[in-house]
Amino acid sequence: MTLIKEIDFGTPESKSENMVSLIVDGVEVTVPEGTSVMRASQEAGIKVPKLCATDMVDAFGSCRLCLVEIEGRRGTPASCTTLVEPGMVVKTQTEPLKKIRKGVMELYISDHPLDCLTCAANGDCELQDMAGEVGLRDVRYGYEGENHVVARQNGEANPKYKPKDESNPYFTYDASKCIVCSRCVRACEEVQGTFALTIEGRGFDSRVSPGMVGDDFMSSECVSCGACVQACPTATLQEKSVIEIGQPEHSKVTTCAYCGVGCSFKAEMRGEELVRMVPYKDGKANRGHSCVKGRFAWGYSTHKDRILNPMVREKVTDPWREVTWDEAFKHIATEFRRIQYQYGRGAIGGITSSRCTNEETYLVQKLIRAGFGNNNVDTCARVCHSPTGYGLGQAYGTSAGTQDFDSVEHTDVMIVIGANPSAAHPVFASRMKKRLRAGAKLIVIDPRKTETVKSAHVEAAHHLPLRPGTNVALLTSLAHVIVTEGLFDEAFIRERCDWSEFEDWASFVSDERHSPESVEEYTGVPADEMRQAARLFATGGNGAIYYGLGVTEHSQGSTTVMAIANLAMATGNIGRKGVGVNPLRGQNNVQGACDMGSFPHELPGYRHISGEATRDIFEKLWGVELNKEPGLRIPNMLDAAVDGSFRGIYIQGEDILQSDPDTKHVQAGLAAMECVVVHDLFLNETANYAHVFLPGSTFLEKDGTFTNAERRINRVRKVMSPKNGLADWEVTQKLAQAMDADWNYSHPSEIMDEIAATTPSFANVSYDLLEEKGSVQWPCNEKAPEGTPIMHLDGFVRGKGRFILTEYVATDEKTGPRFPLLLTTGRILSQYNVGAQTRRTENSQWHEEDLLEIHPHDAEQRGIKEGDFVRLASRSGETTLRATITDRVATGVVYTTFHHPDTQANVITTDFSDWATNCPEYKVTAVQVSPSNGPSEWQIGYNEQATQSRRIASVEPAE
Amino acid sequence: MSVEANVEEITSVTSEIIQELQSLEGPMLPILNEIQDHFGFVPQDSLPVIADKLNLSKAEVHGVVSFYHDYRSEPAGDHVVKICRAEACQSMGVNELSEKLLSLLGIGWGETSDNGKVTVEATYCLGLCACAPAAMVDGKLVARLDDAKIEALAKEVSQ
Repeated sequence: MTLIKEIDFGTPESKSENMVSLIVDGVEVTVPEGTSVMRASQEAGIKVPKLCATDMVDAFGSCRLCLVEIEGRRGTPASCTTLVEPGMVVKTQTEPLKKIRKGVMELYISDHPLDCLTCAANGDCELQDMAGEVGLRDVRYGYEGENHVVARQNGEANPKYKPKDESNPYFTYDASKCIVCSRCVRACEEVQGTFALTIEGRGFDSRVSPGMVGDDFMSSECVSCGACVQACPTATLQEKSVIEIGQPEHSKVTTCAYCGVGCSFKAEMRGEELVRMVPYKDGKANRGHSCVKGRFAWGYSTHKDRILNPMVREKVTDPWREVTWDEAFKHIATEFRRIQYQYGRGAIGGITSSRCTNEETYLVQKLIRAGFGNNNVDTCARVCHSPTGYGLGQAYGTSAGTQDFDSVEHTDVMIVIGANPSAAHPVFASRMKKRLRAGAKLIVIDPRKTETVKSAHVEAAHHLPLRPGTNVALLTSLAHVIVTEGLFDEAFIRERCDWSEFEDWASFVSDERHSPESVEEYTGVPADEMRQAARLFATGGNGAIYYGLGVTEHSQGSTTVMAIANLAMATGNIGRKGVGVNPLRGQNNVQGACDMGSFPHELPGYRHISGEATRDIFEKLWGVELNKEPGLRIPNMLDAAVDGSFRGIYIQGEDILQSDPDTKHVQAGLAAMECVVVHDLFLNETANYAHVFLPGSTFLEKDGTFTNAERRINRVRKVMSPKNGLADWEVTQKLAQAMDADWNYSHPSEIMDEIAATTPSFANVSYDLLEEKGSVQWPCNEKAPEGTPIMHLDGFVRGKGRFILTEYVATDEKTGPRFPLLLTTGRILSQYNVGAQTRRTENSQWHEEDLLEIHPHDAEQRGIKEGDFVRLASRSGETTLRATITDRVATGVVYTTFHHPDTQANVITTDFSDWATNCPEYKVTAVQVSPSNGPSEWQIGYNEQATQSRRIASVEPAE
Repeated sequence: MSVEANVEEITSVTSEIIQELQSLEGPMLPILNEIQDHFGFVPQDSLPVIADKLNLSKAEVHGVVSFYHDYRSEPAGDHVVKICRAEACQSMGVNELSEKLLSLLGIGWGETSDNGKVTVEATYCLGLCACAPAAMVDGKLVARLDDAKIEALAKEVSQ
């Protein structure tokens, strides 16, 4: 095992198709037009010394180390800023160049501490490397003069010296080591797009500064994505973990286990200890970028709260009793069989995890279908993107996004609806912002003025702040404008879609009741703004739609997805680069969990369970007869539990008590069951009602694959042994074996082989192919042996694209005198979902608690001041939390996040759900907000129960 | 005047200035000049307002403000004397003359006299090399400095 070192080409790749040949040090090299001489040299294997250049950011030409000589040109141009020309003859190493470089390095070193042996970057320092490369042997200038290196000089404090900034929990800024190459500043601007850093002062006074005077990293606009740390050639910006542990000695490429972007990282290790996670430049989803979660928030994997031994108890009021794995499996098998004998075969079921690998998810649904003998399997996608699967399946024939993330580089107009990528999909947000800074236009449809609407150098052309719950009305109205103003793409529609269906749809949307002027009243969006946005999208070039849970988590979630699909078809924005319909999936493997047959009615590959031919494939392979009736969805399982007909459940890696709507109902359902098995890293909220706890393994502890929002199948690689002893797929396999299944997988690759053998869209996928290609996007089969970056290229998967009528039906959840405000929910950058992982990291320094955002007007009416404790009540329940007053929300709308179990925002949410898929209506709840003194009775009771339930009996010492 | 009121005033004046100049191409320097003209310095509290209105980050505005020595972080004296210390003026004896002025005023480079009357700063080339040594007093150029002119200048700016 070795440490993967990626070649730094110095400047970004040129995308030109015209090739240019030149000669560098006698070697002929051919590169795309627009390539720098530095990059061309590196392509030829010749490394030109450099400090301020790195291929993640544009050339800057400030360090004066990469000078070269070019025949026929005067002087010594910088190779990073000089572009190649045909026939150019370049020399990278001559006597004058050597002399200049030594002189430059000598000056750098004259204001840099000589503490290499004890420096954290020792062995991974470009300054050190360059000193070596240019042959620096002597520094003639001492530290007597002005410098930034020593804290005290001649008995006095050195005014130029800045102490280390250790405010960020994950990295330090040591200005004394800074060579002011600006790589961090440029990475923050060009890669991340936050612009949190600058160079303050000028000349010798120049220093990197986060924010403005008086700011440190933590108080500045920095979002801790780590791009600056990665860009820094010295130890100036350095991960604290490296300072503490030392340099890593080997690494493996793996995939982040947070959101649906699916960033590739190098897990850099020392033995079995993770030193740091560094974004991998060849990762096709992230292209070498990261966010605070994937880059830094992995401390949960070794957190003391992790449960490492299986535990069992008779009643949920008992303390937990640690048992052996075998005892745990035997207990579950016995209990599940007893329940089935007593209450019927359908009395048990399971939930697959969108956090686990494809292989693990596949095994759980296999266990349920083949082992339990029913189809009571569901997954957390039920509560997030099930309408996407349904809606896009209906319109286009596939249940997934149409593009890859690279596509955004070709987009001219983007609609972002019900999503806040800056917080929930930060790495994609950075790529999006880069395109917006290059001139693309943005339309944001969101009740809140999110950071996506406006941030440094990016501002939406149109922000349509609609009333929560009116997505369908607004999108249909945009379609109204496009159709009635003749802005639709007739050629595309005639070729790709059913024309008569289009005509029906066109006459439907053209109805006056769908006009912006008519819907303005209940959407709350000015008609003119809607008209302009529609015109921009229809006429602005390549149009892409990106959406999130603000679309799906509504009673009309599926309808909204269809309205989005209509809009893309009507404007001809499907089937090429830069366009498409792109659901931003929430969890790392929610796409994969759906693909793997996690829904009660679908076998892997979205094939209905009632299909004889499909069942036949699995029946032959598994040697069992499959039930052809769809099983229970999560809410139905809970209902059935309360009714008494559902008695046992195996929940892998999902915290339904915290994440599912109407907490009290979930609580009642779980409490009614006789055997709740929770398989997780931590004693999560659901585990408070569990009878068996199976400890889980982290993504660092197993092999497998995750499928991200762009259908990309990425490898997850094991870098350390499971602390709990077994990877999750092994746990499921052993449980299946305890229930008499004949399973003998020795590696997840064998599970993938089975998936490929049974599922046409995965037919060509194998670990060998993934090893070779890095990743592939499904469908990956005979027709597309290397995968499919963009779907529906020559026609829709279902044949003709289908226009579906989208009638707006207001939700039953309505405001009234008792509950006059609408609550909508969302996420924040530093926390992830229910927070089980991020709350166990330093990320909590950015977000300690869930806050209720309320408009100044609504706050004043209620006598609420910034930071006050408030009571948030709905028809379902009430909770308390602190308020923050902001005009990011409109009057009449309040907003909160759901990262903290203390808040339990889902006590408030109702059991209304999407008409087609039961996806809960998290995004609209009628509420009232009033001043409060502290936690509600429910919160106090809940916490008591949780504390009680988490007790683990101490083991008697051996005699 | 309370600190809070100060912030409010700074914010509202800054906003007005931005409103007026925002449409210019490259509006940041004209805005900063106008702010300095109004307050006599660039208050830190102006920076977030500029960042917000021009859709920049606070860091970027700070980078620009700190780059130009002309932008002050606190008010200067009633009079500002900028003495050229570049090569031509040095060769024509500006060092002795400036020492004299500083000692007459009892301050050092970059400092403001205790009575708040005058600030003396160094500058590097006013473009008056042909009639060095040169200085700039309250925005007006003064050339061919000598002992007598320095004494007169010291008297003038002390009043």
